[in-house]
Amino acid sequence: MSDYFETLGRYLPRILDGLLITVELTIGGALLAVVIAIGLGLLARVENFLLRGFARVVIEFFRGTSLVVQLFFLFFVLPLPPFNVNLSPIVVGLIGLGLNYGAYGAEVVRGSINSVPKGQWEATTALSMSNVQRMVRVIFPQAWALMIPSLNNLLIQLLKGTAVVYTITIVDMTAIFNDMRRDTSVFFSYTIALLVYFVIAYVLSTLMGLLERRATAKLGRGIKLHVIPDAKGVAT
Amino acid sequence: MIDDSLWNWKHVWAALPDMLVAFVKVTLLVTFAGSLIAAVLGLVIALIRRSSPKPISAIVTFVMNFVRMTPLVVQLLFVYYAVPSLPGLAVGIIVFGVHYATFMAEVYRAGIESVPKGQWEATTALSMSPARTWIAVIIPQAVRATVPALGNYVISMFKETPFLVTIAVIDMVGAAQKYGGVHFRFTEVFVSAGILFLIASYPTSVLIGRLEKRLAY
Amino acid sequence: MPTESDPLGELGLHTGAVELADGEIPAIRFENVVKQYGSNTVLDGLNFTVRKGDRVTLIGPSGSGKTTILRLVMTLEDSTDGYIFIDGQPLTHIEKDGRRIVLKDKYRFEMRKRIGMVFQQFNLFPNMTVLENIIEAPVHVLGHSKADAITRAHELLEQVGLPDKAKAHPTSLSGGQQQRVAIARCLAMDPEIMLLDEVTSALDPEVVGEVLGILRNIAATTDVTMLIVTHEMQFARDVSNRVLMFDAGRIVEEGSPAEIFDNPQEERTQAFLSAVS
Repeated sequence: MSDYFETLGRYLPRILDGLLITVELTIGGALLAVVIAIGLGLLARVENFLLRGFARVVIEFFRGTSLVVQLFFLFFVLPLPPFNVNLSPIVVGLIGLGLNYGAYGAEVVRGSINSVPKGQWEATTALSMSNVQRMVRVIFPQAWALMIPSLNNLLIQLLKGTAVVYTITIVDMTAIFNDMRRDTSVFFSYTIALLVYFVIAYVLSTLMGLLERRATAKLGRGIKLHVIPDAKGVAT
Repeated sequence: MIDDSLWNWKHVWAALPDMLVAFVKVTLLVTFAGSLIAAVLGLVIALIRRSSPKPISAIVTFVMNFVRMTPLVVQLLFVYYAVPSLPGLAVGIIVFGVHYATFMAEVYRAGIESVPKGQWEATTALSMSPARTWIAVIIPQAVRATVPALGNYVISMFKETPFLVTIAVIDMVGAAQKYGGVHFRFTEVFVSAGILFLIASYPTSVLIGRLEKRLAY
Repeated sequence: MPTESDPLGELGLHTGAVELADGEIPAIRFENVVKQYGSNTVLDGLNFTVRKGDRVTLIGPSGSGKTTILRLVMTLEDSTDGYIFIDGQPLTHIEKDGRRIVLKDKYRFEMRKRIGMVFQQFNLFPNMTVLENIIEAPVHVLGHSKADAITRAHELLEQVGLPDKAKAHPTSLSGGQQQRVAIARCLAMDPEIMLLDEVTSALDPEVVGEVLGILRNIAATTDVTMLIVTHEMQFARDVSNRVLMFDAGRIVEEGSPAEIFDNPQEERTQAFLSAVS
């Protein structure tokens, strides 16, 4: 067993490199996903039929066709003719994760905006606010507090999803622990891997919890939040 | 000769039989068998957390959260290499089942909690037995919040079955990748795989959405 | 105007009309306004006129279309047919070559600025403080300077009896206080027409008086046109100079508060008044 820890010590620099890749993919993918989620989520509720239809198709497409298929498509198909687009695996990973979880997030954004009480929308009309003012100054700040718990769930899903990227040659944390398994044992290597993922997930959740508290505090006390079902249909 | 056309149907027809076989034998099998395990084990977890003494329920809760918050892929690798005698497909079914059980346990909990406190009080006021309380009052109401959510998790599981490539189980996407690697044609096979996922999952989620509306008060 | 349910075109034609002086432009005019929700007709060819500075109370059983009238004036909803004029100008639709044409959003937006509304559920913005709620629209819609808006907001808070609540969050206030802030927020826009939609219905009985007191004061000290839907008959009597009794989307009786409350002529008015008092 002490040999194992010695090996772990030797692996430490590589583990930190892998950890960095995993965190980069998680944070980068999440930022991209949030941008996509807000864009598509807002577009999915405009009046214009074409724009709304476009948003719906994109959302359903990326929700409906498995993350792995999307990653493999970007990784294997894009470099071939006629596309000839050579993206580094990391970029492929970021785009794939961002699009997939962004599409899920778009439904969260749309649902949260729709659940801001009708009276709030009517008050903005009574005060003659423009559509942009209404969204930016009144509706979105309230919807934001509603969507954070679901976005938190998605963030954890995204972190877990990054573990599959080693199949497109990205040397993330899972890839390193796959190697370490051969020099230590299956139990030792993967237990540590799971622990590290758990700690990251825990830290991210805690940070999102702080963000949520800040957002709800801005709405004052006594506000009852409806919890929006997350991408998988459940509030946790 | 390099075929650099964007799309060649020949490859779709050539790859599709193997992909469909893998779809039925692996993708659907893991989804359904995994769902069954998840639904039953999830209920067990929910009941233990509800009714056992605090230390036990605290431990169960921690383990549940640990499994929920760590990657399915690593869990697959762990079990696959830890128990070499177990075939990959069995590993897939068990790990998917256990992983999703932790999510379904929360669905059951939320479902039970969605029944207002007044309903429990009313059953007490009517001196109903615990069994009768559950069967006649609580479960019928909890189901409304539960069934659609469980359905959504089944769809999630379905779309995550390609994770099986990490433990050398050839699911539909694995079959697509295999064909693509041999013929150096990836466009047709991955587009086909995506469309098959879409064809199966989109109508299902629409149906679940309808069910959800129908079950809502 | 003959309709299917009113072949002689008698109903709703004379009721709701007022005598106007030569060249006088009314604050609000409804011409044959129809509002349907699906197959449910809420307003059926409604005509009525509100003079500038009038305080008109709409009474009647729930579902009689009173609130719908306010919502149409506020452009929260569109009428199905007919025309509404504010200060002689069309609000949402005009008639052109015999066809009903919807007016552009930009035009509606300008019309809307002249009208304010206080809601039953207050609808204060929970993501803003009391002061921010009040200055939001004056600054960002009317383009007033922030300093001016703040000065005015403090005056208004004084007027509604909440001078020390500027920094408070709406959710920390009682219902009565929230409604007083909502009234201040409405007044901050200097509306020509104020719509009051059951403003005391969501309040605890003991705070109804303070809210109504403020509205009485506004009625006494300004010349804003008010269109009021309320179940507080004493308030209607005190504040309004005209009362319209509605039933099933039609005006069944109208007159001064004294006429309607002390000497109702119509059976439905009598039944309604005895039910609410």
